[in-house]
Amino acid sequence: MIIILNRPHEDARMRSRLSLMMASASLALMLPAAGSAAKFRFAGPLDAYTLDPHAISNTLVFAVLRNVYEPLVQRGPDLSLQPVLATEWTQVDPNTWEFKLREGVTYSNGNPFNADDVVFSFERAKKGGMASHLAEVASIEKVDDLTVRFLSDLPNPILPNQIVNWFMMDREWAEANGATEPGQADNTTESFANRNTNGTGAYVISARDPGVSTEFTARPEWWGQITGNVDKATFFVIPNPATRVSALITGEVEMIDGVPPQDTQRIENTDGLRIAATPDVRTVYIQPDVARDTLIHGGGVEGNPFKDVRVREAMTLAIDRDAIQSRIMRGYSTPVGLPIGKEVEGSTDALNTPPPQDLERARALMAEAGYGEGFDVALDCTNDRFMNDEATCLAVGSMLGEIGIRVTPRAQPTARWAQQINPPGYDTSLAMLSYAPYTYDGHQFLSSIAVTRNEETGGGQFNIGGYSNPEVDRLTAEIGAETDPEARAALLAEVFGLLKDDYAFIPLHQLQILWGLKEGVEVVQLADLSYPLAWFTVPE
Amino acid sequence: MILHAVERILQTLLVILIISFIAFMLIDTLGDPLGLLLPPDASLAERQALTERLGLDRPLLARFAEFLAGLPRGDLGISYRTQEEVSGMIAARLPATIELAAVALLISLVVAIPAGIYTGVFPRSRFARAIMFVSIAGVTLPNFVVGILLIAIFSVQLGWFPSFGRGATIVLGGWETGLLTRSGWHAIILPALTLSLFQMTFIIRLLRTQLMEIGRSEHIRFARARGLGEARLWFVYALRNALLPTITMLALQLGNIIAFSVVTESVFAWPGIGTLFLQSVQAADIRVIAIYLIFVGIVYMVINLLVELLYPLIDPRLRQRHA
Repeated sequence: MIIILNRPHEDARMRSRLSLMMASASLALMLPAAGSAAKFRFAGPLDAYTLDPHAISNTLVFAVLRNVYEPLVQRGPDLSLQPVLATEWTQVDPNTWEFKLREGVTYSNGNPFNADDVVFSFERAKKGGMASHLAEVASIEKVDDLTVRFLSDLPNPILPNQIVNWFMMDREWAEANGATEPGQADNTTESFANRNTNGTGAYVISARDPGVSTEFTARPEWWGQITGNVDKATFFVIPNPATRVSALITGEVEMIDGVPPQDTQRIENTDGLRIAATPDVRTVYIQPDVARDTLIHGGGVEGNPFKDVRVREAMTLAIDRDAIQSRIMRGYSTPVGLPIGKEVEGSTDALNTPPPQDLERARALMAEAGYGEGFDVALDCTNDRFMNDEATCLAVGSMLGEIGIRVTPRAQPTARWAQQINPPGYDTSLAMLSYAPYTYDGHQFLSSIAVTRNEETGGGQFNIGGYSNPEVDRLTAEIGAETDPEARAALLAEVFGLLKDDYAFIPLHQLQILWGLKEGVEVVQLADLSYPLAWFTVPE
Repeated sequence: MILHAVERILQTLLVILIISFIAFMLIDTLGDPLGLLLPPDASLAERQALTERLGLDRPLLARFAEFLAGLPRGDLGISYRTQEEVSGMIAARLPATIELAAVALLISLVVAIPAGIYTGVFPRSRFARAIMFVSIAGVTLPNFVVGILLIAIFSVQLGWFPSFGRGATIVLGGWETGLLTRSGWHAIILPALTLSLFQMTFIIRLLRTQLMEIGRSEHIRFARARGLGEARLWFVYALRNALLPTITMLALQLGNIIAFSVVTESVFAWPGIGTLFLQSVQAADIRVIAIYLIFVGIVYMVINLLVELLYPLIDPRLRQRHA
């Protein structure tokens, strides 16, 4: 069976390699279902906002819906692409991908899945929040009932990576229920697909109270095989982390998501409970404003010191990432040297290893740049977005204080923070940010965050600090069109090397997914935070 | 009398209108709902288009007027976050909050009135001092600490009550109630206790002060001098006077219980409007937040109005003044 059993004292890399091996081995074997059925109850901090697969691009929605709806291809536990509703895919020419569809797949209403549904799901998704996932696809052509072709205007070597969260919906079902368009915030009535589902997946949603609980029931007619033994699962929303931990200890649930690092010890020390951890694809970094000529949220200095690469290098050297890892994250994070995770295409061990803290060199750099006296600046952070973000913000602030940068940490709720720092205002001098490329490809980071802001093309939209390097822009465009994997990898290494030397993004750490489990419950944790119930095993 | 009622009702309507406007202004500065609605890599053009579709670029007053126009039709729009109808969301969550508030009020009455009377009549006794000492905890401990403590003791250590949720519910004439099932009662005890703790202390202290003051007043001393029994003296003459302000305060506190329930509900994952409110705040779901704030304002105002209208019925002196 699939076991990902992680202990904090094990070496992180060993741990993930071991779990990946075990997980993929058991998947390859496709062990028969454990016979008798079991119930599973689990809890997380937030609910999926909607059950409509095409309404918004949101991790939580994907996490819940992947049990009900299915994409053409998905990421397996080892992060490789796995066939789901497509059995094979090939790039027939630089601008065309052909997908062969799985035969004999039915939706939970009994309708067969075919090429018409792919075309329909494409058109439907294009009208909602999922449009950006399909931005590079110009159209989809039906070749025959079980073959489709994706046409794009430019060569796109990573198209299959981009569509892992795009779920297939039955056209007839949508038409019969007036749900041919995804729900929109400016609708005046609720869309049918917001509360009702009809997918090809392993489970159906048998009951739901939005924001409170969601019940999944296994579908015997699913084309695939449930490798675990969960035939009924209930997901509860428990916003308070302390209550979530209590519910696990009392046995009211068998698994909790979002364990606060400070509570991991308590769970480890409780008999019959354990912690499961795996790297999250999300990385946390700070980015200074290098575009403006002055510090808009700071002072004590002429001009904008962040424009000087020596100041940015000093900041990188001033941060003690190991202390953040051990004291704030209690070991449940990975220090990084790049603003992308270690599993992301483009990351290499050499590039992604952060420099050790070196205060002496950092102070020397500050003095050399003419800022030996230091300056004041506000650091804009969130306090409800990811694990211990506020504590990390305060720690970074005091570490930068060591080299004379007097930081005022300003931690706010995400909604407020986003309104301030997001486009079009970019109203910050120094911000703590995080990013998780759903394609697991560094190009996604480059095109939306690292390239020069461009209002027309939408490139560099989330380049909060306004970093601009023509060389990075040129390489990013080149990577987008490069179809040879080796040449592409070389280009990625080159551009991330450039970014590292410019210190425009100051990486802190990669987060981990922390689950609390009842002993005997075996789970698969995916880096995209989802709950693949079909792979879970619960003691009878 | 009728003039008084009409005057009060008109005043209440005006205040509700002002509350609505303040709520509307507050949420305007709360955060960016687009952050939730748009994918992280949306372009500026997409942002602009959505802003225009939602009308977020229009002046505040115009949006407020449109919002008010929708209210009488019961058209509260759909939530940005869940895309459900806001009126339906509030209606679905309201029974849980009202039941929680009612049980909390019941617990505070059952505990606090006898305790208040006791501490008022025998202020110097040891037991009264003990009650007063413990009640300090009720005033000083924040709600979420009390909730987490109760969970740690009664759920984790003793295993008597569930740590979250509402238990099984039954739908009865459109009202989803948890008060008719065993698990529902089990689930409501801890959150109701948490919520009632502050009210309990409040009533004990109020009743005690009232009784001690009345105990020293002329008419009680006169009654005692005439040889009335202590029991008759306290329960008939003193208590009647002390209960009047207590009942007034209790009714006003009901509004507080509903407002305070935000924290308690979030600790116990109680599926009421308080939890809904917090979930909406996190997502800057401004339509739900606006309706919630206005709704709570209305609850306060209506309770206030009822108390004021009932006042002359209870207190004969007020009847004369308005005659």
